[in-house]
Amino acid sequence: MTPQTPLLSVRGITRNYGARIGCADVSFDLWPGEVMGIVGESGSGKSTLLSCIAGHLTPDTGSLIYDTRADGPRDVLAMPEPERRMLGRTDWAFVHQNPRDGLRMGVSAGGNVGERLMAVGARHYGDIRAQATDWLERVEIDAGRIDDRPRQFSGGMQQRLQIARNLVTAPRLIFMDEPTGGLDVSVQARLLDLLRGLVRQMGLSAVIVTHDLAVVRLLADRIMVMKDGRVVEAGLTDQVLDDPQHAYTQLLVSSVLQV
Amino acid sequence: MSDYNFAYLDEQTKRMIRRAILKGVAVPGYQVPFASREMPMPYGWGTGGVQVTAACLMPSDRLKVIDQGADDTTNAVSIRRFFQRTADVAVTSHTHEATLIQTRHRIPEAPLREGQILVYQVPIPEPLRFLEPRETETRRMHALEDYGLMHVKLYEDIARNGTIATSYAYPVMVAGRYVMDPSPIPKFDNPKLSGSPALQLFGAGREQRIYAVPPYTGVVSLDFEDHPFEASKAPHACDLCGDDGSYLDEVITDDRGGRMFVCSDTDHCDCRQKAGHRGRLAMPETVQ
Amino acid sequence: MIVVENVSKNFTLHNQGGIVLPVITGASLAVAAGQCVGLAGSSGAGKSTLMRMIWGNYRTDSGRILVGGTDIARAEPRQIIALRRTTLGHVSQFLRVVPRVPAIDVVAEPLLTQGTAPDVARARAAALLTRLNIPEHLWSLSPTTFSGGEQQRVNIARGFIHPWPALLLDEPTASLDAGNREVVLTLIEEAKARGAAILGIFHDEGARTRVCDRLVDVSRFAVAA
Repeated sequence: MTPQTPLLSVRGITRNYGARIGCADVSFDLWPGEVMGIVGESGSGKSTLLSCIAGHLTPDTGSLIYDTRADGPRDVLAMPEPERRMLGRTDWAFVHQNPRDGLRMGVSAGGNVGERLMAVGARHYGDIRAQATDWLERVEIDAGRIDDRPRQFSGGMQQRLQIARNLVTAPRLIFMDEPTGGLDVSVQARLLDLLRGLVRQMGLSAVIVTHDLAVVRLLADRIMVMKDGRVVEAGLTDQVLDDPQHAYTQLLVSSVLQV
Repeated sequence: MSDYNFAYLDEQTKRMIRRAILKGVAVPGYQVPFASREMPMPYGWGTGGVQVTAACLMPSDRLKVIDQGADDTTNAVSIRRFFQRTADVAVTSHTHEATLIQTRHRIPEAPLREGQILVYQVPIPEPLRFLEPRETETRRMHALEDYGLMHVKLYEDIARNGTIATSYAYPVMVAGRYVMDPSPIPKFDNPKLSGSPALQLFGAGREQRIYAVPPYTGVVSLDFEDHPFEASKAPHACDLCGDDGSYLDEVITDDRGGRMFVCSDTDHCDCRQKAGHRGRLAMPETVQ
Repeated sequence: MIVVENVSKNFTLHNQGGIVLPVITGASLAVAAGQCVGLAGSSGAGKSTLMRMIWGNYRTDSGRILVGGTDIARAEPRQIIALRRTTLGHVSQFLRVVPRVPAIDVVAEPLLTQGTAPDVARARAAALLTRLNIPEHLWSLSPTTFSGGEQQRVNIARGFIHPWPALLLDEPTASLDAGNREVVLTLIEEAKARGAAILGIFHDEGARTRVCDRLVDVSRFAVAA
């Protein structure tokens, strides 16, 4: 029932900025279908860690073993760049906090969604457009807006478009950096529900960086708490949040405003 | 004349440019950076093409220069005169006579042959530029053959216009590897890029890039299966020589809507008229 | 089905000078399939703490907690997640849901997570909501806007939508009127009849005597303060 190979094995990832620690010696396994949250305050190293794992930053040391579809577990950091890039636009996805970083603002919604398909060789306009239409509907964007540019969309719609653009190649692993940051609370809720549904339907594994404990409680199966570049506590989400063991986690949990 | 080195540039500079050209020939479609020099003409007037021509010219060459197909417009005339003064080479307007042809925005109608060199003036060599402004990123995209973005541009074209509306500088794939901007030639000329017996060299002076399509290299215009590439032209025949297969310029003849279509390749048109071909508005032969 | 062996639990409050508060020590109990066991003891005796240790959101410092053969005290997070998906159900006093998700989908979610077809899951959810007297016009609304009693019934529907072999109930009849209380007690009796092992906290004396086969007094395990 439970799979025997982790989808992603992170081992000893360290990244320093000169004398300053970005993240230090982080290790974890992510299993298929699992959602892992990384929490901590600004500067705790969670974004550095995510960048290292997602391939936007090269870690100083460590390994990232990913269970590839074709060849089984392989160290992503040792892969040639073309292969790593191919992974990044097929089997992996990255949702940025700011949709501007993850979308092409000058390209229509359909073109944004279709880009990954064209990058892996789709050459039939009609098919690409049909898939883009399907994905816009799945993220609850009116298909009639397929030729509008993201500039004309609200923040929540831009974020949903970014998700569609990422998921169109049916990836297995998605990285999200504060996916609901900067959105109104009600828009956040809709996005959270959408993400939960997609994770469930597609069997996605996800790594979500956020400082919002309410978001991780609703989305993540497990969490890691980071402080000063190190993981201070990790485990089942509700266990870490309801029965925090580490002093910093206790402080973090008790600092949340109750609504 | 004697005040200048042959073909204006000094020998070291020409060697540097020739090295870039050789590298370009070795890697078809790849943009080779080179140390572009100041030329005695403004950027945008063909400084890249002029430097490539200068580096390729030999005293025995016969030079033809065209601008939008014409031998007799300002740009063509000045560049041709420049090399007459600095290299004292023979010149011609006949495509078949020339050994080296410098061109802006056209490929001659007459088929090229082995031994000829066609030098293109290129304003913006990077086909991905308008979609991805970062040069570091576009170079990486070329290196990794990450060309999805190029089709995004064509996708946008179809989404907005119902058809691929790009009509010039239409992107091509060279030898199955590099996506290349063929300079702002009309897409009508794109098929002539492929498998040409002549050597095709591209020079971008302001952007400091040289690239090449060696003879008999396959060049494919990018498209979609359901929106295939089409080399289009105005649906008319030349009003002077009557050719219905050549690329045409539209000329407004009065302010009452009068217009005529004429071959953009002036040499082609002249040759046909001399051979007795007549178009709709051509002067009767007897009057000439 | 549920076996608790000699477990103990301390709370360490790092932000209050590192005080260590022992709450439970040497707790043991067992619930067989088809049984319902009630946790008894005064307020603060550790009933909820013990329930949470079995659910897994509280850590167990020593001892074993076996649910369907998995030791919750030592299991990997993914094992606990798998256990909760198919084996261990829970009705808590609090409803934690994504705002704006319709009540019917909140109830159907455990089935959807298991891969049940959405229409089948929603039909099951509709049947349960009907039984628990949640009017149909509320089904498409988010339960975050519901009254306390309605939220509690949504929670119960969610807890009974799948025939979990082991079920934890935290005050399932609190804040319910007589009619709905009766429905919930019937649901518990049906679960027992199909062989579920149920561990519950019932402040409602009548409910306790009606559904519980025996009581375990948690005060025995409490550490004298």
